[in-house]
Amino acid sequence: MNELKTANTEMVHPELAQVEFDGQERSDFLLKGAMAAGAIFGLGAISPFVRNAVAKADMGDIEILNYALTLEYLESAFYKEGLTRAGASGSLKELINTISTDEDAHVKALTETIKSLGGKPVKAPKVKFEYSDTAGFTALAETLENTGVSAYNGVAPEIKSKDVLAAAGSIVQVEARHAAAIALQNGNSPSPDAFDPTLTQAQVLKAVQPFLVK
Amino acid sequence: MPEVEDETEVTAIEKVKNGSVSRRKLLSAAGGTVALGAFLAACGSDDDSSSNSNDTTASGSTGSTGSTGGMGEDNSTAMFGEGDLGIMNYALTLEYLEAAFYADVIKSKLFKGSDLEAIKLFGSQEADHVVALTDAVKKAGGKPAPKPKTEFPLNSAKQVLKLASTVENLGASAYLGQAPRIMSPDVLAAALSIHSVEARHAAALNTLLGKTIVPDGPFARPAEAGMVLNAVQPFIV
Repeated sequence: MNELKTANTEMVHPELAQVEFDGQERSDFLLKGAMAAGAIFGLGAISPFVRNAVAKADMGDIEILNYALTLEYLESAFYKEGLTRAGASGSLKELINTISTDEDAHVKALTETIKSLGGKPVKAPKVKFEYSDTAGFTALAETLENTGVSAYNGVAPEIKSKDVLAAAGSIVQVEARHAAAIALQNGNSPSPDAFDPTLTQAQVLKAVQPFLVK
Repeated sequence: MPEVEDETEVTAIEKVKNGSVSRRKLLSAAGGTVALGAFLAACGSDDDSSSNSNDTTASGSTGSTGSTGGMGEDNSTAMFGEGDLGIMNYALTLEYLEAAFYADVIKSKLFKGSDLEAIKLFGSQEADHVVALTDAVKKAGGKPAPKPKTEFPLNSAKQVLKLASTVENLGASAYLGQAPRIMSPDVLAAALSIHSVEARHAAALNTLLGKTIVPDGPFARPAEAGMVLNAVQPFIV
C-alpha cells in the first residue's frame, strides 16, 4: 500500500520522479514513468496493474511494439486526414472522430511503453492514401482496421511479456470494434468470420506498402 | 478418473448457479482508460501469482507466467479444469450461454429484417465457437464442460438488444481477461481469434443501440472470471 501512496504523490507531481532519479533503482524510475504516463492517459486512481518492478523488456517485444506502432501511425494519420478529407457527416463523422481519438491514444501509449521498456520508438512514416470520395475512404478504413486486427492477432502469440500481451489484447479488441462499425457503414457484415484470420508480419507490411511513401 | 472429472463439471456449473463464485468486484482503473504504461508496470516474475494459485499448469511454474496484467485472485478458472483446459472450458461455458441466448432470441420472433440477420449471424458464430472449443478441449485430452441449462428474459426487441450488447461486451472482456493466463501459443491464437469476433459483435450491437462502440475508450478492459461468472449466474437454471 505504501508504494501506492508514494506513486499517487508522484502522479500529482510527475516532475518529482525526474528529480529523485539519481540513486534509485531503474525499476523504480520506470514505475514512476509509468505513473506519469498514467497521468497523461487520465488514470483517476492508481491502477492495480501498477505493482513492483518492471521486468527488462525482451528485444523481441520491443520490435513487436514498434511493428504495432507503425500500424497505429498509419491509422492515426489516415483518420486525422479523414476528419476533413473524407467528406463525412452524421454518424460516420462521429465514428471517424471516435476512431481517430482511439488511434491517437494507441500511438501515444505504444510510444510511451516502448520508451519505458528502454526501447526506441519508430518515427511516424510518411504516408499517402488514395481515395476520391467518402465511399473510398470507408472502404480503405475497413481494409486498414481488418488488417490491424489480423496483424495483432497474428503477432500476439510471439509476445513474451504477459503485460505486453495484455496491452496488445486491449488494443486489438478496440481495432475489432472499429472494424465492425466501419463495415456496418459500408453495408458489409460486421463479422465476416467466426474466427478472425491472422496475417504474418510480411503479409501485413505488403498490405500497407501502398500507403507508405519512400 | 471419470468420477473426478464429473465432479469438477458439476461443481463448476453448480457453483455458478448457486452464486458461490467469489463476489470480488472487477478491479479496474477509474476513468475508463488504462495506460499501456500501467500494464507494463505490473509486477513480472515476482508476482504472487494469486490468480494462478489454484491452477497446476503443465509447466508447474508460477514464475514468468505469474503476471497477468494486474488481474487478481478472482481470475481463476480452476473450477473448470487445470491450466489451459480450464480456461477453454470456461470459454466453452460462456459460448454455450451465448449460443443458447441467440437461439432463444430467434425463436422469440421479436426481430425481423437486418436485425434478425445480425442475430442469426452472431448466433451461428457462437455455435461455431462452441464446436471449436469442444474439439480443442477433447484434443487436449480433457472433458468438455457440459452445456448449461439456461433461461433468458426476452420481453422486447429493445430489451433483448441491450442484453445481447451486455453479453457480448462481457464475453469480449472475459477473453481479454484470460489471454495473458494462457500457456500454449496455439490456444492463445485460438482465443484471440474468438476474442476479436466477440468484440465485433459487441460493437455492432452497440451501433444498433446508438451506444458508443468503445465503452472502455481506446483500451478495452479485461474482466476477471469471478466477475463474469457472477454476471451470467442469473441466466443459469
